[in-house]
Amino acid sequence: MKSTNTQTKKYGMVIDLDKCTGCGACMVACMAENNVPFKENESNKQDSITWLRVYKMDNGKPYPENDICYLPRPCMHCEGHAGHSPCVSVCPATATDYSTETGIVSQIYTRCFGCRYCMAACPYHVRYFNWWDPVWPEGMEKMLSPNVSVRTRGVVEKCSFCFHRYQLAMEKAHYEGREEIEEEEYQTACCQACPADAITFGDLYNPKHKVFELKQTPGAFRLLERLGTNPKVFYLTSRDWVRKQGDNYLKNEGQVIAKGGH
Amino acid sequence: MKIGRRCFLSFLIGGAAGTALTPLPWKLTDDLSIWTQTWPWTPVPPDGEINYVNSTCMLCSGGCGITVRKIDDRAVKIEGMKDHPVNNGGLCIMGLSGLQLLYGPRRVKEPMKRVGERGEGRWEKISWDAAIAELAQKLNTVRGSSPESVACITDESFGTVPHLFKRFMAAYGSPNLMITPTIQDSYEQTLKLMQGVDGIPGFDLENSKFVLSFGCGILEGWGSSSRMFQAHSRWTETGGKLVQVEPRLSVTAAKADKWVSLNPGTEAVLALGIAQVIIKDGLYNKDFVEKHCAGFEDWEGEDGKKYQGFKNFVLEAFTPDTVARLTGVSANMIQDLATNFVGAEKPIALAGRGKGYTPGSLHEFMAVHALNALVGNINQEGGVWTLDRPDYIGWGEPAQDPVAQKGNGTPRIDGAGTERYANTRSMVNTFAEAVNNGAAVEVLLVSGENPCYTLRGGEAVKKAFEKIPYIVSFSPYMDETAAGADLILPNHTYLERYQDVPAPFGLPIPIIGMTRPVVKPQCDSKHVGDTLILTAKKMGGSVRDAFGWENYEACLKETLGDLWGTLESDGFLVNADYTPPAWDMAFGDESKKFQFFNESYAHGNNKDIFSQLRIEGDPGAFPLILVPAESMRIASGPVADTPFVMKTIPDNVLKDKEIFVEVNPATAAAYGLRDGKSAALSTPAGRARVRVNLCEGIRPGMVAMATGLGRSANSRYIANKGVNFNDLIRPVPDPISGLDSAWGIRAKLERA
Repeated sequence: MKSTNTQTKKYGMVIDLDKCTGCGACMVACMAENNVPFKENESNKQDSITWLRVYKMDNGKPYPENDICYLPRPCMHCEGHAGHSPCVSVCPATATDYSTETGIVSQIYTRCFGCRYCMAACPYHVRYFNWWDPVWPEGMEKMLSPNVSVRTRGVVEKCSFCFHRYQLAMEKAHYEGREEIEEEEYQTACCQACPADAITFGDLYNPKHKVFELKQTPGAFRLLERLGTNPKVFYLTSRDWVRKQGDNYLKNEGQVIAKGGH
Repeated sequence: MKIGRRCFLSFLIGGAAGTALTPLPWKLTDDLSIWTQTWPWTPVPPDGEINYVNSTCMLCSGGCGITVRKIDDRAVKIEGMKDHPVNNGGLCIMGLSGLQLLYGPRRVKEPMKRVGERGEGRWEKISWDAAIAELAQKLNTVRGSSPESVACITDESFGTVPHLFKRFMAAYGSPNLMITPTIQDSYEQTLKLMQGVDGIPGFDLENSKFVLSFGCGILEGWGSSSRMFQAHSRWTETGGKLVQVEPRLSVTAAKADKWVSLNPGTEAVLALGIAQVIIKDGLYNKDFVEKHCAGFEDWEGEDGKKYQGFKNFVLEAFTPDTVARLTGVSANMIQDLATNFVGAEKPIALAGRGKGYTPGSLHEFMAVHALNALVGNINQEGGVWTLDRPDYIGWGEPAQDPVAQKGNGTPRIDGAGTERYANTRSMVNTFAEAVNNGAAVEVLLVSGENPCYTLRGGEAVKKAFEKIPYIVSFSPYMDETAAGADLILPNHTYLERYQDVPAPFGLPIPIIGMTRPVVKPQCDSKHVGDTLILTAKKMGGSVRDAFGWENYEACLKETLGDLWGTLESDGFLVNADYTPPAWDMAFGDESKKFQFFNESYAHGNNKDIFSQLRIEGDPGAFPLILVPAESMRIASGPVADTPFVMKTIPDNVLKDKEIFVEVNPATAAAYGLRDGKSAALSTPAGRARVRVNLCEGIRPGMVAMATGLGRSANSRYIANKGVNFNDLIRPVPDPISGLDSAWGIRAKLERA
């Protein structure tokens, strides 16, 4: 059969922080979808594996001006410059790679030998190391999905934008004689589960996808944009203080720019 | 041959270069990573055919539709059912991880009989025949002397399973069936007293444009959390406004367009203060108030006495200055809230704090509901609706033999349904006290509930349960009540059984959902309906005669009749076009009017009725006020968090096994408490060791503690972590309904 080039895609996410209620459904949907392990004590957040973590942000003001906001943080699938995302650049085992077909940063567990360079390189802390072999209580291994490999001790894991769902959708499309998939055919588990419809997922290049418009919303921002990581997860908010916490700014920086105007 | 320095170095370099050029080191690295990753104990999930089953979640009263993805006969993922009228594809954190309950280590795997001391955890496995024979014999023995001393605690009001329990108790001869009350009960009584209807509330929130919430945990799980989240998202898109009145910056308060903090317990006062401004400025809906309301103006009763109407009562007693002093909300803010509320299109005022597990103060509900009446948003788009209770169960009353008649004629031990609490169906909150005060309970049946964890009162609850000689749990999981029971007859989980799930809380349209076996039973469990039917048959006599069905499934099919087909194929049956009755048909009282006040509850001193809510404890000994901090991420009902959900609890709520309490930094400074440090928390009900989480989102003078932790039973993922909030608080009966209205308790926090 003649293989045809598929169109270049760039999958990304737009998360509306005004809608997000911090309920954690995305976190659990992700764990259930991706066979994420759990252990007796998960309160040490540095070794608690959560591909998608919802952070609580605080405006730092005293009562009653205090305000909080929740920020879900999946892997940002950084494009960097021409696919040189921070983690991909440092992996000595090519265990993590940037796909130019989908824009997804992969993680191949069988190649990973656990050096954790990528964890040090990732400015978003999206990568987690398996310090222990995962253990499922007797009977609970029945809920493991065959679509995602179960990891072992000694490898790094992270959000894959539910890449197996892309594979399944493409397989189905090819089987039905189509070369491309529709927007709703490939959605991540977190996006599908979000009860507040705060997460939108799709091809950032495709004008027919909702994310195409949404990412251009005035005030949309990405985390730590100034590092040049070129992340593919966009955030929307109506609160300035939230946007400001999305990056590191000098004190009074906004004011200096406003006064400049040369 | 002499090996010189040069030769040695050449050999070394040559060897290194040679090795580097061979594939050997790379092959070894590769092999090493493969070897170290293919341990025999690493599970490889078997592949198979993907299939989906639609069902209904039963983990709370929300009634969300679920779609379970299966690989052959294994359920691998639960997702929200697309286009379901309740949750439309969304699903909450607990619902998503329900498979960890199904396959989890907390399942009770077969019927078990206690052999050791209570709570010791020593059990003897017995067969179902033996278990049912034992229960039947026990019940028959007790029936011989005092059938009313059998009590039953269950969780649901509607549907065939709670009706089977009602029927069982009626045929057996005990009035002591207790269905755990929630804010639904308070709303039902509000509708009864103010609208004269026997119905259930529905809130057309999707269409509301201004939501004034008095502490409702709209984004903490108020009915179906997914439905509420979607409504909230819709408000952000369409310009709908949410105002949250609450002394703590909950998620709802943080996501609201406006957070109004007030002195805790003064919600009803604020509601009446807002009403005062609306009335004083003549902003109320005159069409509705003048034509369809009673008790607004002063009136003369049939007894010839003069009664003060709502209008003058509020105008006199709830002036902005008074209300500002009591609530701590400024007079300007009260004015603004009032003008914004009446000025908005389709405004709605909501009562029912937090997740709604505590029924709350009926006065507060009525004060808040009066605001809905003032704007005429009753049975209107975006307002509060009334729906009929589900009525598809037409079994008729079971025949009662003389023993049953005598037993049913005795007064309830919890005091519900007496002259004082005439509209109240059951008051689980008084159960422990009643038992401790000598009410005879020989046998306690517990289904769908976990009173040893959820009942408030700490030591008193433990003491009461110790006094009950025989406790039977139908729980599928080893929860706190099952762990302290004498006999466990495990039910199937909601993913293994058929059951009708009608009338989810707060939905403005009538719907019946159905849960169905997604997988075959994983343990030797039995449907609680079947257990009841079999026990009745074993008992014989009139109890047996009341249960003519062959089994539960036959009973369900027969009851649902024509509805079965739709429920079987779609998973739910909805009347999406439901519209509530118009104003002239809406009110069931003789006057056919909405009653702001009426003689049945307006006599006496009105000012007493709507006053600041009582709180237990002496302010001298306990200077602070402890309130619950409810969260979507901690299940605080009968069922505990799953391991997945435990992962989402922040480390400033639970760290290792220690629970944190939120304290305002100003309060902490006054008591010498530092962030992260240990402290001793005590209340009149109990004491606990906690850690301090300094938090600007809480009113000074208060302490907030997460609910849902401190589970003593359950698996190692959940058990013995944190403190059970219910052990630190005691129920306070509401003066009208008798239901628990305790929203907090006085507390003391000291450095430890």
